[in-house]
Amino acid sequence: MSANALLLTPLHARHGAAGARLVPFAGWEMPVQYVGVMDEHRAVRGDAGVFDVSHMGQVRSSGPQALDFLQRLTSNDVSTIPVGGAQYGLLCSEDGGVLDDLFTYRIADDIYLTVTNAGNHPQDYARFEEVAEGFDVEVVDAAHGTAMLAVQGPNARALLSSLSTEALPERMQAKTISVAGVEVFAAGTGYTGEDGLELLVQNEGALELWDAVVAAGAVPCGLGARDTLRLEACFHLYGNDLNTDRNPIEAGLGWACKEATGFIGSEAVAGFRANGTAQRLVAFSMTGDGIARSGNEVVGGGVVSSGTFSPTLEVGIGMAYLPTEASSVGNEFEIDVRGKQRPAVVRDKPLYRKADPSV
Amino acid sequence: MSEASYPEDLLYHQEHDWVRFEADGQTALFGITWYAQDALGEVVFYDAPEVGATLVKDESYAEIESVKAVSDVFAPMSGEVVEVNSSISDEPGVINDDPYGEGWLVKVRLTSVEEKEALMDSAAYTEMLG
Repeated sequence: MSANALLLTPLHARHGAAGARLVPFAGWEMPVQYVGVMDEHRAVRGDAGVFDVSHMGQVRSSGPQALDFLQRLTSNDVSTIPVGGAQYGLLCSEDGGVLDDLFTYRIADDIYLTVTNAGNHPQDYARFEEVAEGFDVEVVDAAHGTAMLAVQGPNARALLSSLSTEALPERMQAKTISVAGVEVFAAGTGYTGEDGLELLVQNEGALELWDAVVAAGAVPCGLGARDTLRLEACFHLYGNDLNTDRNPIEAGLGWACKEATGFIGSEAVAGFRANGTAQRLVAFSMTGDGIARSGNEVVGGGVVSSGTFSPTLEVGIGMAYLPTEASSVGNEFEIDVRGKQRPAVVRDKPLYRKADPSV
Repeated sequence: MSEASYPEDLLYHQEHDWVRFEADGQTALFGITWYAQDALGEVVFYDAPEVGATLVKDESYAEIESVKAVSDVFAPMSGEVVEVNSSISDEPGVINDDPYGEGWLVKVRLTSVEEKEALMDSAAYTEMLG
């Protein structure tokens, strides 16, 4: 295998057979779409879709000081996660820059599983190992033995219930159950703005699980739809909306930082929180023609961090870092889209909210 | 989506554009090929040139956006835009559904008809696609 060879998920053969368009993504060859982004997007908003997100990394932290370790390493208050619970948090550098955004699940009293972004996983894991030296904790890189399916949409729960005799975990909770005869670690999480579950499974069981979920009616969806779905929901994409030069406060992720826990970077984050930041991440929609894309400059200062066409709103949408004084909802501004000034307006987050937010 | 096809009555440019001559031999319709629309995915926006705009062979004259990306559209021949397919604004997906028919982009009064000698026929274009 050459150094440049792309990694393949256990479901790779299924994607090819289904006619998916495969693209390099964070070192993996991943499906960007099967039939089309619009149809896949609408399947998740209206019914149920399934994504192969096996490229995402996992780190398992266990031992008597696993909690203390994660409290130091990640930005949120890990002590508030009950066994069987889940939490969103950040990995920050000492100066408060964002190294990654993460989901951490508490599997047992002193066992946690943290899901990382594929492109950051090697650096993340190195940092886990480095910080672990000061704690009585064992960290294990679980990325390569684990596949991950996200089943998302208003009918995702019903679909999975038909494949399991066990109760599914509630929103933001997680537990081990059997789905279609395959043991999975099921979590009531996702990144689409819809209800649904994410299923972590050993590589050997991934094909059987995928086939069962698709046979039950979930529409295979690619990374293209995953991006439009998450952007409508205003979820951050690392590398676009978050990077080492951005801090959690300007990114609107102050809620995921609990400085009192003393996490690495907490002093810097406290400073940003107290003093404010020059820019703020806003959601926007275009008010006329055109679709802004990541990297487009905002006229008068600022930059688009993510931009796409919203299949639900049928207009160009995105997120942008704007000067704080220009970041109020309703503020109108212009974006330089390939040399043309295109009008946009700051909108409330999220840009899309599911019909019944209680589920 | 339509099936892959490259009609024999059209001429093709290497940037995946087609030309259909009108009966007068001096005006032509331009559009993008099946290959181009398939590579782009579902088209959601067509940023058309103005009527009267001057097109220069091999240079970008419009933009087409799919959900995922934006793409320049290159002029297969030089000329002046005499008509723009304005119906695309309301239903850009027609570029995917019918790239050689309802999905035409501009009608052009050609200024250098001899430029057609540099274009490909269907067989040559298909061979280029491999």
